Amino acid sequence: MDISVFQIIWFVLWGVLWAVYFMLDGFVLGSGFMAGFLAKNDTEKRVLINSVGPVWDGNEVWLVTAGGATFAAFPTTYALMFSNLYSALVLLLFALIVRGVSFEFRGKIDTTVWKKSWDTAIIVSSFLPALLFGVAFGNIFKGIPMRNDFAAINFSYDGSLVGLLNPYGLLTGVLFVLLFAVHGSLYAAIKTTGDLSRRGADLADKLWIPLLVVAVAFLGYTYPATKLYDNFLKAPVLLIVPVIAVISLLLVKVFIAKGSCHKAFLFSCLTIVFVVFTGVTGLFPNLIPSSIDPASNLTIFNSSSSLLTLKIMTVVAAIFVPIVICYKIWVYRLFRARVTEADVLENHEAY
Amino acid sequence: MNVVTLSQWQFASTIMFHWIFVPLTLGLSIMTAWMETRYVMTGDELWLRMTKFWGKLFLINFALGVVTGITMEFQFGLNWSEYSRFVGDIFGAPLAIEATVAFFMESVFIGVWIFGWNKLSKKIHAVTIWLTALATNLSALIILLANAWMQHPVGYVIRNGRAEMNDFLAVLTNEYGLIKFAHALMSGYALAAFVIMGVSAWHLLRNNETDFFKRSFRMAANWAFVASLLVGLTGDFHAAEIAEKQPEKFAAMESVWETKRNAGMSLLIIPDAKNERNAVEVFTIPSMLSYMAFREADGEIKGLKDFPKEMRPPVTPVFLSFRLMVGLGTFMILVSLAGIVISRKESFTDNRLFLSLMVFSIPVPYIAEQLGWLVAELGRQPWIVYGVMKTVDAVSKSISVTQVALSLLGFTLLYGVLGAIDIFLLVKYAKKGPDTDISNIIKVQGRG
Ligand code: HDD
Ligand code: HEM
Ligand code: HEM
Repeated sequence: MDISVFQIIWFVLWGVLWAVYFMLDGFVLGSGFMAGFLAKNDTEKRVLINSVGPVWDGNEVWLVTAGGATFAAFPTTYALMFSNLYSALVLLLFALIVRGVSFEFRGKIDTTVWKKSWDTAIIVSSFLPALLFGVAFGNIFKGIPMRNDFAAINFSYDGSLVGLLNPYGLLTGVLFVLLFAVHGSLYAAIKTTGDLSRRGADLADKLWIPLLVVAVAFLGYTYPATKLYDNFLKAPVLLIVPVIAVISLLLVKVFIAKGSCHKAFLFSCLTIVFVVFTGVTGLFPNLIPSSIDPASNLTIFNSSSSLLTLKIMTVVAAIFVPIVICYKIWVYRLFRARVTEADVLENHEAY
Repeated sequence: MNVVTLSQWQFASTIMFHWIFVPLTLGLSIMTAWMETRYVMTGDELWLRMTKFWGKLFLINFALGVVTGITMEFQFGLNWSEYSRFVGDIFGAPLAIEATVAFFMESVFIGVWIFGWNKLSKKIHAVTIWLTALATNLSALIILLANAWMQHPVGYVIRNGRAEMNDFLAVLTNEYGLIKFAHALMSGYALAAFVIMGVSAWHLLRNNETDFFKRSFRMAANWAFVASLLVGLTGDFHAAEIAEKQPEKFAAMESVWETKRNAGMSLLIIPDAKNERNAVEVFTIPSMLSYMAFREADGEIKGLKDFPKEMRPPVTPVFLSFRLMVGLGTFMILVSLAGIVISRKESFTDNRLFLSLMVFSIPVPYIAEQLGWLVAELGRQPWIVYGVMKTVDAVSKSISVTQVALSLLGFTLLYGVLGAIDIFLLVKYAKKGPDTDISNIIKVQGRG
């Protein structure tokens, strides 16, 4: 097979890894930064944390895998994406680091000051990644100011952290925050009981309107701000992707109104996945476009690994990703029950 | 300070920090799995309480291992983008494979282990900790193979302006990596065993839960001795490997300036790098060094003077780190042997001197771990990929001194605070001792 076949396979996998990561960590981040609104006392906070307890680390590994897959399949993109967006990504790392230890640390010392500090830490360190990922992807959709000469192996970048905070980047940031806020609230609604669960459904319902407004604004603004629509205009059948995203978003509301939060959560998953797919489909065959020079775009063709490496990685993915998916499904089924206050009060292992 | 130096500081400090937590994870995961297996096999509740107590320390430690690992995954691109572009074709694959094969398994099953006590049967629950332990060990193998490729690159060709893979099997079976893995893994087991012995000794000094801590101590003493012995053995093989594949690193490790056959090994050396000689060199065992390196007395050891000055690693730190690591390793073998012998007697809990020694030995393997990496990584300089790419050519071009200075500052502060908290919690929970109440689990899982 020709190398371009594998480049396309890895482009698809690249999109899938990011989509699944946002779908899964989206509710952990969302319920994290919404914790202040969702949970009103210490026990409720513990219930909320324990509802993500068994799965948050496994969800975060999708990010590690997305990073590793970018490195292995598109090393030039990995190299330039991370070094060009250095400051934003370092901030992101700081937030993810704090978020991870907060869950473990919060319950380990039994004083109010200690717990309150970690509550704040969880809120801030869950909010920042949601926003920063949005801003980063907004800028990737838009293209970043880089000049790449692939033949001479000469790359340069003249953007800055402040430059990333342009209106389109910020709008995408807000979109991500709202998507995760609704997603996380719905997760709380289906994984907890009593007031906490009710508040989750309530908040998701209330936030849905601003989410819709921002989503519409995003779809509209994408036209002048990016070249994402070019692919859709060339092959209109692709429009099915954003259409599914929009329909899923509408169904989220329908099912919340019907009081069936499980279905609403399912469609919230689909919304996130298809929002990411929409962006990725629009990017193809670019991974990161340049905003100043089309010849400098990082594409799947000019930044990929060799045929051999792509083949090996394909075999590894074909064997192990299904296995991973199987045991992940097993785990989600094992912990499908709602977490109750009695659970966390009785169980010494709980966070 | 330039971007290269700052990035080196950042990489070195973040990876060394990651490596504070990793070895304990490697060893304690296996030992906890062993304890739980004994519980399942015997139904003896003491084993269950041991599983819970040591498992708790494992988890507190694990949290920091995980979050500092995420930094590592992205740092190659952040600070070393020229490196990442140049070697990504071959170096990226292990990182992606590690995440897919090992990290998923580890992170998923550790979650099941923590939260699954009342949801799974005893046997299946024990299986989850074994899967976690297997995954941590597997992740170490894969990442060390990646690291070994930087030390001794194999299975590649230079093509299209970068190193491209042409033999994946060669990368996976890189001898340098396999021996490195064996050595690093055993050092992790030894470290965990020393932690268990030390904590147990602390409690025995206070007569807390003597049955519990006697059993923990004895189990750990056996592990510590076997693992330490293997650490020394694999380390010796590793050194021989280096003599063959990285002669200038070997010369720095032993502070050998002149090329010679029948090189002796001096027990006390004080290097004088400025004048390219050793200020002191006494207690020499004839031909010993040649024998250690090449398994024959007249093997030729290359001296540092045979290499141009700018191609030599920093001699004094490499030499001192190596000597001290070997010294500490020898200490560990002796102390753990003493541990086995002394703890045979029921009355060993009255031997306060010995127990205190065990408590104070906890930091020893930790220091040796860090020194080992200093030997490996400083000894590789000025190369980032030995013989292929220089560290100075590897750094990202689009980052500025201010950016890296700030991120380095950020990492230092953040890691400093989190590390302090984590160690505080480890000590707190280690001192608190085991929970007496395990009725919850017994209730759900059933007795015997
Ligand atoms: C408990 C920790 C510990 C102890 C007691 C020892 N080591 Fe070690 N050593 C390590 C922990 C370690 C390590 C941290 O795991 C390293 C760093 C790189 C590696 O692969 O393992 C290492 C590296 C390392 C290297 C350099 C590897 C390279 O350049 O790639 C050599 C030659 C040795 N060791 C040899 C020894 C010998 C002969 C020892 C005698 C007892 C010894 N080590 C004890
Ligand atoms: C966990 C144990 C490790 C420790 C303690 C460690 C330690 C160090 C130190 C001290 C340096 C700085 C050397 C200098 O002054 O230039 C360094 C550099 C580096 N190491 Fe390691 N290392 C470890 C594992 C690894 C692994 C597993 C990899 C790769 C997979 C790796 C890749 C690098 C790279 C890319 C650099 C930066 C370039 C350089 O300075 O040479 N290290 N490491
Ligand atoms: C000496 C080399 C290294 C070894 C043996 C090692 C081993 C481990 C182990 C056993 C863990 C499990 C958790 C814990 O540490 O407590 C872990 C976590 C992690 N390590 Fe390292 N590591 C090394 C260096 C690196 C490097 C260079 C990277 C970057 C590519 C890296 C990336 C990670 C990541 C992303 C995690 C988190 C996984 C999770 O979320 O479960 N590690 N590492």
